[in-house]
Amino acid sequence: METFVITVLLTLLAIVTVAIIRQRNMYSVVILSSVYSFLMASVMLVLDAVDVAMTEASVGAGISTVILLATLYLTGTREYPTARGTGIPLFVSVVVGAALVWGTFELPAFGLADTVIHKHTAPLYIEMSQKHQMPPNIVTAVLADFRSFDTMGEVTVIFTAGIGVLMLLSGRRRRDEVEVVKVTESVETFGDDVADENEPDGPNGSAA
Amino acid sequence: MELLHVFAQHYNFFITIFLMVSGLYVVIARGNMVKKLIGLGLFQTSVYLIYLTPAKIIGGTPPIVDKAYTVYSNPLPHVLILTAIVVGVATLALGLALTVRIHEAYGTVEEDEIFAKEGEI
Repeated sequence: METFVITVLLTLLAIVTVAIIRQRNMYSVVILSSVYSFLMASVMLVLDAVDVAMTEASVGAGISTVILLATLYLTGTREYPTARGTGIPLFVSVVVGAALVWGTFELPAFGLADTVIHKHTAPLYIEMSQKHQMPPNIVTAVLADFRSFDTMGEVTVIFTAGIGVLMLLSGRRRRDEVEVVKVTESVETFGDDVADENEPDGPNGSAA
Repeated sequence: MELLHVFAQHYNFFITIFLMVSGLYVVIARGNMVKKLIGLGLFQTSVYLIYLTPAKIIGGTPPIVDKAYTVYSNPLPHVLILTAIVVGVATLALGLALTVRIHEAYGTVEEDEIFAKEGEI
């Protein structure tokens, strides 16, 4: 049953991906990528990764879509075809894909319990988190207790990215102000011109 | 028949590879910067799937301890991917901020037009 559900969801994911590639209207592409993230969250839910599914649904389908839409508002929503051909990219993609498919034949089948990754660290984490009275959610226990320095590093990465975005966009605001000043100056000179033109007319007008 | 059986067992990996290759294709072939970043996102999510697929045990439950269950899926890939998703959105935000700045400097986000204008400037 789980295998069937996941097969259907993955097929839908592949269809949405093809739609994302073919679509030229960027607004549609962003909405399709939101759909893609929700489907991905469903796949993760079926794969028993409930915490990851929640994060993907809120971050992938929520925040990413919002910032992509904000970017489209600033940059335009039309994608133009490139002058280059699609031959070389297609060739590279097919070769990489073929190599990866060849690599999967040696991998164990989906959903087996006696594969290598289930035998070493995972049982230890499950056992120790119960022994040391950690939260019942083992993912939380690993994230916040066993590997909390890792999580601190992650926070550093987000902080750095936030500073980067702020610096890039605050430079933009200053530039806008400069443009506004230029526009005001030109309006003033234009006003002067109008005033100069009016002056000769003024006396005539008053004389008439 | 043997081949069909292998195909059914590895269907997850094949779709994952398809998603990865599609992301790679979009990043190489398309000129629009926003589309490139979405392609990068496709590539990233396929990597999440590569990690999460082997962690699943059929008949197991999510790794939340309860007396009623004994078989749990592997929690370690979940933790790693949780970190990767958050770092991924930070990268996306930074890339989009750069795209906005490029649009300001060149008036376009299409790669070809940017290269054409670079010669003039």
